Amino acid sequence: MTSVQPYPRAVEPRPPEPTFLGMPPFPEAARTALSDAQLRANLRKATHTIRARRQAVVDELPDWERLRAAGAAIKDDVLAHLPRYLEQLEASVTAAGGTVHWARDADEANAIVVDIVRAHGVDEVVKIKSMATQEIDLNNALGRAGIAAWETDLAEMIVQLGHDLPSHLLVPAIHKNRREIRDVFVAEMGRVGRPAPAGLTERPADLAEAARLHLREKFLSAKVAISGGNFAVAETGTVCVVESEGNGRMCLTLPDVLVTVLGIEKLVPRWEDLEVFLQLLPRSSTGERMNPYTSMWTGVTDGDGPRHFHLVLLDNGRSDVLADPVGRQALRCIRCSACLNVCPVYERVGGHAYGSVYPGPIGAILTPQLRGLNQHDVDAQTASLPYASTLCGACFEACPVLIDIPQILTRQRAQLTDLGRGPAHHAEKAAMRAVDWAFGQPWRLGLAQHAASFSRHVVGRKGRIGKVPRLLGGPLGRWTAARDAPAPPSESFRSWHKRTAGGLEEP
Amino acid sequence: MRIALFITCFNDTMFPETGKSVVRLLRRLGHEVDFPYAQTCCGQMHFNTGYRNEARGIARSFVETFAPYDAVVTPSGSCAAMVREQYPVLVGGAAPATAAGFAEAVGAVAPRVYELSEFLVDVLRVRDVGASFPHTVAYHPTCHSLRSLGVGDRPLRLLRAVRGLRLVALPRADECCGFGGTFAVKNAETSAAMGRDKAAAVLESGAQVLCAGDNSCLMHIGGVMSRQHAGVRVMHLADILASTGPHPELDTFPSGDLAAR
Repeated sequence: MTSVQPYPRAVEPRPPEPTFLGMPPFPEAARTALSDAQLRANLRKATHTIRARRQAVVDELPDWERLRAAGAAIKDDVLAHLPRYLEQLEASVTAAGGTVHWARDADEANAIVVDIVRAHGVDEVVKIKSMATQEIDLNNALGRAGIAAWETDLAEMIVQLGHDLPSHLLVPAIHKNRREIRDVFVAEMGRVGRPAPAGLTERPADLAEAARLHLREKFLSAKVAISGGNFAVAETGTVCVVESEGNGRMCLTLPDVLVTVLGIEKLVPRWEDLEVFLQLLPRSSTGERMNPYTSMWTGVTDGDGPRHFHLVLLDNGRSDVLADPVGRQALRCIRCSACLNVCPVYERVGGHAYGSVYPGPIGAILTPQLRGLNQHDVDAQTASLPYASTLCGACFEACPVLIDIPQILTRQRAQLTDLGRGPAHHAEKAAMRAVDWAFGQPWRLGLAQHAASFSRHVVGRKGRIGKVPRLLGGPLGRWTAARDAPAPPSESFRSWHKRTAGGLEEP
Repeated sequence: MRIALFITCFNDTMFPETGKSVVRLLRRLGHEVDFPYAQTCCGQMHFNTGYRNEARGIARSFVETFAPYDAVVTPSGSCAAMVREQYPVLVGGAAPATAAGFAEAVGAVAPRVYELSEFLVDVLRVRDVGASFPHTVAYHPTCHSLRSLGVGDRPLRLLRAVRGLRLVALPRADECCGFGGTFAVKNAETSAAMGRDKAAAVLESGAQVLCAGDNSCLMHIGGVMSRQHAGVRVMHLADILASTGPHPELDTFPSGDLAAR
């Protein structure tokens, strides 16, 4: 096929794509996000819509709880016998004509992919939406090697064109509304290929058509495609990608060369295990009974699809997660994003505040582990993530593979404080010790309560405490910035009970 | 049956009326409840903030204090959940020399700890506790009572049997209020944003009184509503169930019907 290229592939050198490096700790990043009224409205609408859809399709399955248990059990079996299943996968992929590569970290994985692309003599690739390649920052690695990487997932393309960061696992542009998307298309499409049609409106159908026209040029000219994978079957060597748009299938079938970057935890042992996950995943993520496109391929097939298939198996901290007996549950994750969609904290602050490609509750437990919290000290941003939760448990309730996210969060908090792997919070530690001292003996608690009762004469008028200056107040200042606090009562329960014999001798 | 009241450190210090309500309510139902003075706290704040070693010490004295009782009743869903769900986790990290004894004590005491509505419905098997509260009430299911303990509709069944009480539905009831213990100060802005959304739902419900099984969440939501001069009161479930007549001070607020209109 001779492809005529009427539009420039890139009219100017692309700047590096933004990354999460240098993001402030969660509370600070959240403050910025909370002040963006448009962002909060976009997030609220999107999460509430998808939440309701998920609930409806989950409620219609009588065996949902058994499916969840099965999903967790299959993943636990994979994690318990990971080396064996990985070697089995390598053998079956190789037997089917594919090439398997092993990458210990992001640098190794990026180098492998760059070498493969260079070996085929091209300077651009098309990409299927993939969390693993986001995690290793592959696009910038390719860019440094002079290779342009075009995201073809609609939402991922919006993020890329807008020089933005993803804020959701499944819908990385969830923080953008239609008008903002239209503006990005109009301003940016023409700089990297076919421009947006003149007079583009913000109607979803028009936006989709603009994306279709723009992407078609990319699909028809690309010789190499790069994907992630939702599942890989150890016994058959089959890799599976689940998607909604069909753009992934274009990448999987048109180019000559396919490179798949796969986290080592993405395995399932047997073909029939897909039965469980292909029910759990679409219902949990998009709230659909079945996703529109499920693509599976086993090595290479003459005259059908890519002629070269490379599978890059990525560790990048996963072995360290696996070493932790409690935290390793996080490796069951199938990236459905149900926990994000039900999370009340995510709904208010969005994904960028988590400072990682993995936002929301799963990000709060996975990112710190991938950054080594199970083994060593971490920086302040990482240390803020396990506290980015009220422990309300909505995530655990929604998780299709039963990851006990609240339990891992409190464990990570213990790693940060008891084991001292986070920045030292001397004031908090002293306060906790003081409270602990008071709780050590009932008389000490009584003493503290008398002090609290006395303080009501100082702080509380009309039984409540209004705004306390932040500088003076410490925790009380942070509390009363937006909420009143009750003044301590004149008498504790314990004093009342002693004085009146539990109310029997009350005057 | 020997019944102990675990008041919780928070209620003991900040909300003694709720403890008095539990004592009066159970007395009205014919049960004297002991208050062992050796009790202090369940250790939840320490556990949830990452101070497991301190939490373990507090848990040890908790199970020692309450070992002699057949049932422990507490007016807090999150403290009951701490004992029943997290004490076994603390057993896992205990020093080998003392782990066996601690595990045994936790195994004996933890299952006998009940949140108030569980105790009334499952242990005493009552629904109508003889209360009267002629006001409009919305019930907020706190996260730990809803998702950790699974108290289900027990509080609602109790409230529906209260004379004169008009129960209204709280929109988006199962959404967290944003308190979250130390989250309320570590992530104060996010916590307050969630609290304001919860307060908006309360106003939407048209209730005069918001009721829940945890004073901690109520202090947060109530603090937001007080700052907004919203005119809605917060009351613990125990305080409503102990009530035997109208609360005149509530008449100073517009009735739920008016607010909804």
